[in-house]
Amino acid sequence: MAGYIPNTKEQQQEMLSAVGMSCFAELFADIPESVRLKRQLNLPSAMSEAEVMGHLRKLAAKNANTEDYTCFLGAGAYDHYIPSVIRHLISRQEFATAYTPYQPEISQGTLQAIFEYQTLICELTGMDVANASMYDGASALAEAAGIACGVKKRNKILMPQSINPMSREIVSTYARFKGNEVVNFGYANGQADLDELERLITEEAAAVLIESPNFFGSIEDIAKAAQIAHAKGALLIVSCDPISLALLKSPGELGADIAVGEGQSLGNPLNFGGPYLGFFAVKEPFMRKMPGRIVGKTLDKNGKTGFVLTLQAREQHIRREKATSNICSNEALNALAATIYLSLLGKQGLREVALQCTRKAHYAYDLLTQSGVFEPAFSAPFFQEFTVHYKGDLAKLNTAFLEDKIIGGLDAGSLDPAFKGHWIVAVTEKRKRSEIEHFVQKAVSISE
Amino acid sequence: MSNTTGMRFTKEHEWVKIEDGKAYVGITDHAQNSLGNIVFVELPEIDNDVCSGDTIASVESVKTVSDVYSPISGKVIEVNSNLENDPGLLNNDPYGSYIAILEVSDASNLENLMDESQYQSYCEEEH
Repeated sequence: MAGYIPNTKEQQQEMLSAVGMSCFAELFADIPESVRLKRQLNLPSAMSEAEVMGHLRKLAAKNANTEDYTCFLGAGAYDHYIPSVIRHLISRQEFATAYTPYQPEISQGTLQAIFEYQTLICELTGMDVANASMYDGASALAEAAGIACGVKKRNKILMPQSINPMSREIVSTYARFKGNEVVNFGYANGQADLDELERLITEEAAAVLIESPNFFGSIEDIAKAAQIAHAKGALLIVSCDPISLALLKSPGELGADIAVGEGQSLGNPLNFGGPYLGFFAVKEPFMRKMPGRIVGKTLDKNGKTGFVLTLQAREQHIRREKATSNICSNEALNALAATIYLSLLGKQGLREVALQCTRKAHYAYDLLTQSGVFEPAFSAPFFQEFTVHYKGDLAKLNTAFLEDKIIGGLDAGSLDPAFKGHWIVAVTEKRKRSEIEHFVQKAVSISE
Repeated sequence: MSNTTGMRFTKEHEWVKIEDGKAYVGITDHAQNSLGNIVFVELPEIDNDVCSGDTIASVESVKTVSDVYSPISGKVIEVNSNLENDPGLLNNDPYGSYIAILEVSDASNLENLMDESQYQSYCEEEH
């Protein structure tokens, strides 16, 4: 890299003498001798650019990717088709920057795109106000729980085991350090056990959390959960799959006060776990408690339409010590990908994606459970993901699949021992009939 | 503008007026003037017990959010719900627009508060 550092030896010497030093080592005078590294770093010898490219390609080829592998894994991140126009548009230099420019004088395009994103999220979720996005679905859920505690001035959060265990951990971590208490409750037939919720909930509850479709893929009874929460004055927070909302009733219609979710499905690649985006939307009474950025549409002094950050006074940088959240940023480029995805597909297109996911998942479910190797784990309705029970060793099954370039379902027991034997399989619109049939035959032959 | 007769004032620019054992609490003209256009008032919850100095409400203007501290100890028995739809009342008529009414439990803090002329000179000193 030395060739890319623009200053010369003479210039370096000039800079050193300007600060009264004779060599670079003197800059580190404050660092004790005992902790200084007195040898060269243990690095391989230098490579040419061509060699580096070859080396990195070789390393990258060790990764399994969904171009070469057929993916039946979901559990929060899904292998949907990404129209190529998305990559081209988000790569435009006006959008692809390391920092989101919020200054209205120079960023009307970015701000308008965020405003459109917020509008789309409100339409999908049936809520009144959405923010400019959060880091991911799990942290959005945790933030929502914290806000409910702030709004209600109560500190109990009721959370069922049917929520993704990774999200549950994040909710618990956030709660612990905010002095809030998570009250866990169980599940029955793959859905949150609402009878148990009804027994447990008191007027100390700030919120009930529900994920739908949940970790097992089952669709939850959101309306009933809302009734139970509201009867005790608690809020209902729903974490939902945005694509499923093209078919299912929105959380807003079913009584949710806050709707959040993982937005990766909307035009964002799996990327080995991120960056993703979380969406976050609320009913109007809670808009001033919402974390993150919000873009509003307004008129400038000449009466022309413009876009600016709005409800700024609510923001965490003004009332840091009293804020219910300290998130002041968003995932603008990922939200832009989601915006383009939704705009491109439109209402009908999104419905078509959702329908294909549902039909293909149900086809795979029928074949698997008819094969005699897998038992249905539950009978609850599901969207693009479902859980079957397997008597054999799921780790072995998935390893055998990988050898055949298939990424199998999630061995749920690996995340929570309570779920041992549960295999959670996701089937998106990308899967062909032949792939599904091969997957099932393979599962049967491995098990024989 | 409504009159300020009988009002006492805090250093944080709240006013309080006692009538029949009830304390009317609002923000001063100076406060509304420094905040600018008020766009939202977060009202206290009825039946809340507060001590003098506790936050009972917050007032949001286009540029900032400010807490409102209770000048007196007591229980919130009424809030001015007109402020929900028309928060600008605090700008237009700060002394005629109370934020909350408290049933006074301890009036001793009143002695520490300023009367109108003391408050006037306090505001002048501040600037």
